[in-house]
Amino acid sequence: MDNKQKYDQVFIDCFSIDKSTLNEDLVYNTIESWDSIGHMGLIAALEEAFDIVMETDDIIDFSSYEKGFEILLGYGIEF
Amino acid sequence: MNSYDDLEQYCSNTAVITGHSEEISYAELLETADNIGQQLPNRCLVFVVCKNCFESVAGYIGFIRARAALVLIPDAIDNKFFAKLLETYKPGYIYLPKEQPLLLSNVEIVSSHRSYTLHKTNYCIDYSLHDDLAMLVSTSGSTGSRKFVRQSYGNVNSNAGAIGQYLGITSADRPITTLPMSYTYALSIINSHLLKGASIILTEASLMEKRFWEALRDNNATTFGGVPYSFEMLQKLRFEEMDLPSIRYITQAGGKLNLDLTSEFVENCAQKDIEFIVMYGQAEAAPRMSYLPWQHARTKIGSVGIAIPGGKFWLEDECGNEIIDSDATGELVYQGDNVTMGYAESRFDLRKGDENNGILHTGDLASRDADGFYYITGRKKRFLKMYGHRVNLDEIEDLVRAAGHNCACVGTDDKLKIYFTKPGENDRIVSYVSKRTGINTAGFVSVYIDEIPRNESGKVLYSALG
Repeated sequence: MDNKQKYDQVFIDCFSIDKSTLNEDLVYNTIESWDSIGHMGLIAALEEAFDIVMETDDIIDFSSYEKGFEILLGYGIEF
Repeated sequence: MNSYDDLEQYCSNTAVITGHSEEISYAELLETADNIGQQLPNRCLVFVVCKNCFESVAGYIGFIRARAALVLIPDAIDNKFFAKLLETYKPGYIYLPKEQPLLLSNVEIVSSHRSYTLHKTNYCIDYSLHDDLAMLVSTSGSTGSRKFVRQSYGNVNSNAGAIGQYLGITSADRPITTLPMSYTYALSIINSHLLKGASIILTEASLMEKRFWEALRDNNATTFGGVPYSFEMLQKLRFEEMDLPSIRYITQAGGKLNLDLTSEFVENCAQKDIEFIVMYGQAEAAPRMSYLPWQHARTKIGSVGIAIPGGKFWLEDECGNEIIDSDATGELVYQGDNVTMGYAESRFDLRKGDENNGILHTGDLASRDADGFYYITGRKKRFLKMYGHRVNLDEIEDLVRAAGHNCACVGTDDKLKIYFTKPGENDRIVSYVSKRTGINTAGFVSVYIDEIPRNESGKVLYSALG
């Protein structure tokens, strides 16, 4: 599985959503499962999937599916 | 008796700092509040759909000052459930955000207050309100039950006063919101600070959002409160590395924080010169019953502390006799002016007076150490505390049964298990329960089984479910 597939799978699993909803409209608090509790689960799952530990500023800045690519790039994860 | 009548003494203080960093004085707050309250011709029941915003707080205070009885409703409420609540309680008025997607029929707009509107309903008012009734508060904090606690004006004043006293709240304090104001713990933070002339920083953002931390820093917040999962988030956000010079104290309530996390926060807060105060309460006590003075945070880890000023605790055995020995377990019983009047399950209960006479059997099992500090050890009743919300397992079963499924529920505070007998419905059941309770799907797991285990008399054998 490449990084993009891994990244997508984390979203699909964490939020029980369909692959077709993974786009620029997928933003924090726009779907029921991505609330503060869902966010905590998402960050934990991403950290595990990519074997990284995210900084506080990145966790609170991780406000959308799109934004995530940019943030993970900072940890050397290329898409 | 209503302390909200005395807020004029703080006129020039800042009462509210909005999400747009707008500072609103007590004078301005009271002007808006009374303008809203004056729209009501007489004592009546009002549904207030709450958000952590100025309009919501102003409505709350305006209605209290106008002697309306309130039902505080979270704005995330499910449309169907809201409709059921309306039919059950038939409020005279509904105050809600303009953009709220709730369906209202047979209502007329009375007035508009910035982003909120006040609607008058056409219900035939076939019930009356007891003179002391100030508001109805949800027992679960979530949206799953029609059962509310009846809080009196005296309850609100007494509890807010006691909290202000033991936390040493002053007009210089600036609490920032972390939980929806319809939630009884969040409301008690607002009440106890407004009655001391402090400034409430209102935000809709959660701990997981940049906007929250900007609001906290930009406005020099001095305190916030959290439920157990808030502290899990703070841990994830590496609280220990945060620089929070303006924070004076942090409170914890809404369920038991595990011992490891408690120790971690006791140490980290001590290093930052922040008082960390563990507390205990229930909606039935409006809500605060105890606190652990921060000086004892290290030596009494895991304790909910001592009764609040004006309150008293004791333990009872199964026969209702008081337990005198230390370290013995019994049901925790509380006595104080903040013990609420009783429950309401429909509008016809709103005329009832005080049924508790100041005494609350908490349903929690506890022990007391030789120094008089209390420790919660378990529960008599079948309920969980999920993300700070009380979840009654029997009510969840009723909810699932109402949707046509045979089921049985068991679980722990971090995972509620729903056993059911219809194959292929796992996801639907979880999303249904999540939607109706307002609790994230992460808190539920559904398990398919052939048959619900029962004993000979037909009672569910919960012990056979893992």
